[in-house]
Amino acid sequence: MEKLGKQTIKFNNPPTITECASIVGPKEAQGPLSKYFDQTLDDEFWGEKTWEKAESKIIKETVNTVISKSGIPSDKIDCCFAGDLLNQCISSSFGLRELNIPFFGVFGACSTFVESMSLGAVCCETFAENVLCATSSHFCSAEKQFRFPLELGNQRPPSAQWTVTGSGAAIVSKNGTGPFITHITPGKIVDMGIKDANNMGAAMAPAFADTLITHFLDTGRAPSYYDAIISGDLGHIGKEIAIDIAKSQGYNIKSNYNDCGVLIFDKNAQDTHSGGSGCACCGSVFSGYFFPQLKSRKIKKMLLIATGALMNSTSSQQGESIPGIAHAISIEM
Amino acid sequence: MNPIETKQTYQNYVDKKSPNSPILKNCFNAFWVGGLICSIGQIILNICKERGFDQTLSGTIVSIILIAISAFLTGLNLFNRIGKFAGAGSLIPITGFANSIVSPAMEYKSEGYVMGVGGKMFTVAGPVLVFGISASILVGIVYLIFNTQSITLV
Amino acid sequence: MDINWANVFDWMSILKCFVVGGIICVIGQILIDKTKLTPARILVIFVTTGAILGGLGIYKYLVDFAGAGATVPLTGFGYNLAKGAIEAVKETGLVGAFTGGVKAAAGGISAAVFFGYLASLISKPKMKKQ
Repeated sequence: MEKLGKQTIKFNNPPTITECASIVGPKEAQGPLSKYFDQTLDDEFWGEKTWEKAESKIIKETVNTVISKSGIPSDKIDCCFAGDLLNQCISSSFGLRELNIPFFGVFGACSTFVESMSLGAVCCETFAENVLCATSSHFCSAEKQFRFPLELGNQRPPSAQWTVTGSGAAIVSKNGTGPFITHITPGKIVDMGIKDANNMGAAMAPAFADTLITHFLDTGRAPSYYDAIISGDLGHIGKEIAIDIAKSQGYNIKSNYNDCGVLIFDKNAQDTHSGGSGCACCGSVFSGYFFPQLKSRKIKKMLLIATGALMNSTSSQQGESIPGIAHAISIEM
Repeated sequence: MNPIETKQTYQNYVDKKSPNSPILKNCFNAFWVGGLICSIGQIILNICKERGFDQTLSGTIVSIILIAISAFLTGLNLFNRIGKFAGAGSLIPITGFANSIVSPAMEYKSEGYVMGVGGKMFTVAGPVLVFGISASILVGIVYLIFNTQSITLV
Repeated sequence: MDINWANVFDWMSILKCFVVGGIICVIGQILIDKTKLTPARILVIFVTTGAILGGLGIYKYLVDFAGAGATVPLTGFGYNLAKGAIEAVKETGLVGAFTGGVKAAAGGISAAVFFGYLASLISKPKMKKQ
């Protein structure tokens, strides 16, 4: 493990992403990526009484799926990093309370998945053989906490994004056959003063660009080095903004860049406005859609940058702007 | 052009980049749905008057019936679809006020019937009552000050 | 008692009501789309405006003209509160300012609380399918 430039960490013995799993909700099941997920749900409650319980069940079952798919016995997993959007990360801690694996709760808003994998990779470089990384989000519980009651008859502005219901989980291991996490670039908090909680893409895009460009400067790589540069949940508007900002700094990412929030929903047919968001957006799309492509070498070099908006409803009501964060991992096969 | 040069340039850039709401379509829908809800109210009002109720009582009956309909539609998970289509057309009439009370009541059912339903019922509509009632008290006091003949009644 | 349905479907009164009610809603829609105000703030603006216009004696003309077109929108709720307060002040003075408003709006507030509780007993929120 060595540090490159300002922020990037390079692994001398790159850890492997051994296995990934994803479960998504009913709306995602109607989306274009439906067939890639391990499991899709018919209703948002999944037999539970509350959305919070349903979200806990989703992350629990996703974790069980990734463990059984990987074939690694759970006592060989040294620790677990997980987080979500609900207050005090209750979905993760309640969902994983019976897991019996040392647990680190992480909060990086929607960037949690990559943040967990970064921390997991660092652990694998030191003490750990296998580390579990998981995250979840739920449209209904997120709306309840961050916006309005579900039955309120309000209109969503065109810049609003749709929180993905679902979960993504990954196991990062010290030894394996790839795909390898070769670099991580933890991001700085970037706040460009956007206050509109209905325009998260615009709030997070500067953080994305900052991490992206820092990664290129630190590693000496160019955008063309990667087959795919994928952001977590900037959505349609955030994606365009990200391309513009990168271009103004001299990086052309237009040809190989896409966003999980853009991919997961069909904007026109599903009326999701600016696209998907939430921890599970990046988590499930990477686990279900990109991980198999890395495994089969369809994609050989990928830069995954999960973005997060570090705000809550109190900060919005107090008129604070929305600080953005973006964490990058470079995955190579 | 560098969009992230300063916060101000970024805000301007984002405003330009973000699509506007389809305001003409929204206004059209709000107009006819809002007008329709008021017209239903007018028909109920006319029936009440025909039955010999006075203006004030008729108005109250109209409110109660529209609120009941709105609560019913919210309970059937239909009001949010109407609201999504009509926007202010269903928000501004008293139906929107009712919806803003019923929807958190349903939402927070999971936190129990006392502190959940009872406590969170006014999370959206509470300010309406606070400002509406406060304004009416001020109006009453101002009226009292400017109409001295009423003061003698105190 | 027989109802004269010609009076109930008095198309002129319904048309006036439709147009005025519709225009008030359009003002709300413009506020929603042009500003970033939340629904709760929009409702507060309307109820307060109604109370002030009611207190100034202006809103009364709109009610006389458009009937339910002016009373059903939330401005009418504010007008009703203000009207109640003024009428009570005429009868009981200062105390009336505190009792009149809520008394006039009691039916609406109680109905919303009661039906709201009822709906929460029998129904569960569901995700918008679209």
